[in-house]
Amino acid sequence: MKRVSPLLPASATFGVAYGVLAVTAGMGVFAPIVMSATTFAGAAQFAAASVIRDGGSVLAAVAAAVLLNARYLAMSVAIAPAFQGSRLRRFFESQMLVDESWAISQVGGGRIDRRMLVGAGLFLFPCWVGGTALGVFGGDVLGDPKRLGLDAAFPALFLVLLITLTVSRRAIVAAVAGGVIALALLPIAPAGMPVIAASAVCLAGLRRR
Amino acid sequence: MSTTWLVVALIGVFTIAFKAAGPVLLGGRELPAQMTAAFELLAPALLAALVVTQAVGGKQAIVLDGRLVGVGTAIVAVRLRAPLIVAIVAAAVATALARALFG
Repeated sequence: MKRVSPLLPASATFGVAYGVLAVTAGMGVFAPIVMSATTFAGAAQFAAASVIRDGGSVLAAVAAAVLLNARYLAMSVAIAPAFQGSRLRRFFESQMLVDESWAISQVGGGRIDRRMLVGAGLFLFPCWVGGTALGVFGGDVLGDPKRLGLDAAFPALFLVLLITLTVSRRAIVAAVAGGVIALALLPIAPAGMPVIAASAVCLAGLRRR
Repeated sequence: MSTTWLVVALIGVFTIAFKAAGPVLLGGRELPAQMTAAFELLAPALLAALVVTQAVGGKQAIVLDGRLVGVGTAIVAVRLRAPLIVAIVAAAVATALARALFG
């Protein structure tokens, strides 16, 4: 689990930041912790807490989070062949799917190592949930994640994996297309859309064959 | 039920369903060859989009800040054949330094 270790302090610190934001937003003490344990997806949780803080409707909060998390549907179908065993086991293991565990467990050719994905998720989960609890009860104890540069840890991870994984010509084309689409949509589309639109690039691969 | 708990419940149900859909409904079965070929492109396209949104993403805006220093450092680290863990730590340290020095 060497690959996931540098992400654990980052995950915990952002968990704290989420806990602090959620309390400020008036979500109470237990709801944010329950949300970290069930939703377990940072960006969507930050978005939902912001909507609640700004007095937005339930629909607005849910829509923002669903849009942000829709990418998990594509990832979930893509990783399905790697999951074995009973339905219940597959269900619980699938909940360890987050961007970071998905990215780390890529073994090339669109395949993942399920044990690596679940293992990474099992390390990230307590950091995220524990961080949230710490933020809810203790406030800003670990410092601003941005001041510590931790917000650069995640794009750095994704970029390093992108560089190492993207070898074939088709993959390079997909990466460039995905990046350009995301960049173009960033200023105009609601959060979550740029990533979904970029993953639609793979549909082009479906057509091609 | 309060608004907060309703939001927590609804988002939780959606997210859990998204994550579980593939492994629970299709688990262990090979996907059709066509889909496998398409999903080969999912990883690079999605990773590239995550890099972009997390490196320069703001509130519906492109924001260039200290994160770019970190991402640049990670690229250099990888080019020098540093392991993943070193590249990530270097990215965070470089971004923190850039922010400390230039505000």
